[in-house]
Amino acid sequence: MTNALSISNLEVAFDHFRALKGVSIEVARGESFGLVGESGSGKSTLLRAVAGLAPVQSGEIRIDGKPLTTPRDKAFYRTVQMVFQDPYGSLHPRQTIDRLLLEPLAIHGFSDGEQRIVRALDEVGLGSGFRFRYPHQLSGGQRQRIAIARALIVEPSILLLDEPTSALDASVQAEVLNLLEQIRRDRKLTFVMVSHDLAVITHMCERLVVMQNGDIVEQLDAADLASGKVTQAYTDNLMRASEGFRRTIA
Amino acid sequence: MSETAETSPQTLRDWLLSERPQSRMQARLGRFYMIWRRFTANKLAVVGLVIILALLFVAAFADLLAPYSPTVGDLRTTRLLPPGGEFLLGTDDQGRDILSRLIYGSRLTLYVVLLVAIIAAPIGLLVGTVAGYAGGWVDAVLMRITDIFLAFPKLILALAFVAALGPGIENAVIAIAITSWPPYARMARAETLTVRNSDYIAAVQLMGASPTRIVVRHIMPLCLSSLIVRVTLDMAGIILTAAGLGFLGLGAQPPLPEWGAMIASGRRFILDQWWVAAMPGLAILIVSLGFNLLGDGLRDALDPRGSNQ
Repeated sequence: MTNALSISNLEVAFDHFRALKGVSIEVARGESFGLVGESGSGKSTLLRAVAGLAPVQSGEIRIDGKPLTTPRDKAFYRTVQMVFQDPYGSLHPRQTIDRLLLEPLAIHGFSDGEQRIVRALDEVGLGSGFRFRYPHQLSGGQRQRIAIARALIVEPSILLLDEPTSALDASVQAEVLNLLEQIRRDRKLTFVMVSHDLAVITHMCERLVVMQNGDIVEQLDAADLASGKVTQAYTDNLMRASEGFRRTIA
Repeated sequence: MSETAETSPQTLRDWLLSERPQSRMQARLGRFYMIWRRFTANKLAVVGLVIILALLFVAAFADLLAPYSPTVGDLRTTRLLPPGGEFLLGTDDQGRDILSRLIYGSRLTLYVVLLVAIIAAPIGLLVGTVAGYAGGWVDAVLMRITDIFLAFPKLILALAFVAALGPGIENAVIAIAITSWPPYARMARAETLTVRNSDYIAAVQLMGASPTRIVVRHIMPLCLSSLIVRVTLDMAGIILTAAGLGFLGLGAQPPLPEWGAMIASGRRFILDQWWVAAMPGLAILIVSLGFNLLGDGLRDALDPRGSNQ
């Protein structure tokens, strides 16, 4: 069976800075795959490269076995969607939620826009009372739900999540993560999730890679990470750093 | 609408300010109402708006408001009469009532200002947003063209155009429009550069939107409010440029009652019959002031950073 997403030897460079140095990953269909690492390790760049938002120098990205074209075609945008990190920056400030959700439907020529918008809002637990609000009338968690609804409205099979909860406070974080899990189960989606929070990744993902300086340090199962069975010193450091953080707030 | 406001002001206000609008229309009206409230909080801006509305009213009903003909005067009895009495603002050297000429001249002023705004603003907006969004050589070419136009002094370039095309109010409009779009292009480009790399534009790209769609539907609306402000503030300058061309005899031709041309013809009697030049000057002053106050008010009301819009 072909993998949902397969990346081989991907190189990304901004001017002369090599953000990704020949990264390869395989993500199976229906899997939830995590990318962990410190800031600047290239994990978000990897997602953006898949989405076509970062300059790829070499390497190959395949979706369902088919290599991607640059620029991406319309079919790609119906297969792969992305949720951004900052819910305050990812919604157009002058458009109502309605306009925002209608846009992808208009681009892809869906005719039953009305029902889809209502359904999408219901699915992310907001209801149609939010439909004609502007983003500034929503809280951070509500905005992120809208961003998720927008990504899901074209019915993609792969969802790229770029630290979807790091801008939210702890209680809202849990709500959004639960929502994402629910949606993944209902729609049998493939997730590729970036986070610097090991707890979030172990909770959400089955497998993960640890990245540092644009390279993959280690690939492991979430269960291994939870039980501390890591082989690389860097991963160990990362784990201890996050635990240390937890002790100080306890 | 005003009737509803009188009978149930509280409910209409609540409806407009609702946190949960029920329709597209309500959401849009609610936003306009917020802008209106911020606008009216500024008393000077309201004064500006009243001046501009009065100008529109006078221009629309010039036929009814003007007591005399703007082009025909009695050369034997009514030459250069001082203000007061039969002729409220006096008469000029052709015996024509200055008030009537000012009233009819408001049409020419509005004609020039609106045509220039309609021509220059969209050109500037289009050039600026395309240059800003496309980047690379498209940006370089468009911006160098803009720079070339910016390098000429406005009035001199307008003079050259009018000289080439021949004097007349239409050519003056074209000349002013050609010289006034570059600042809008610069501004729209700067605005575009600040939003082009934002996540919400990336999100629209990820939906498969074409560059044209992104520029027209997502970037242009963001540039629009600062453009409106800038155009309103520039309208005073447009009136002055038009008056300047008229003064030099390159704008509206006699006997059209253009305010700049009226000042030019009054120049000969400026010491003895001051009102011939002073009255059109006063009209230009008031209307320019009106546009400036309106623009200032709009800037405060539309500024997206001023509120959390």
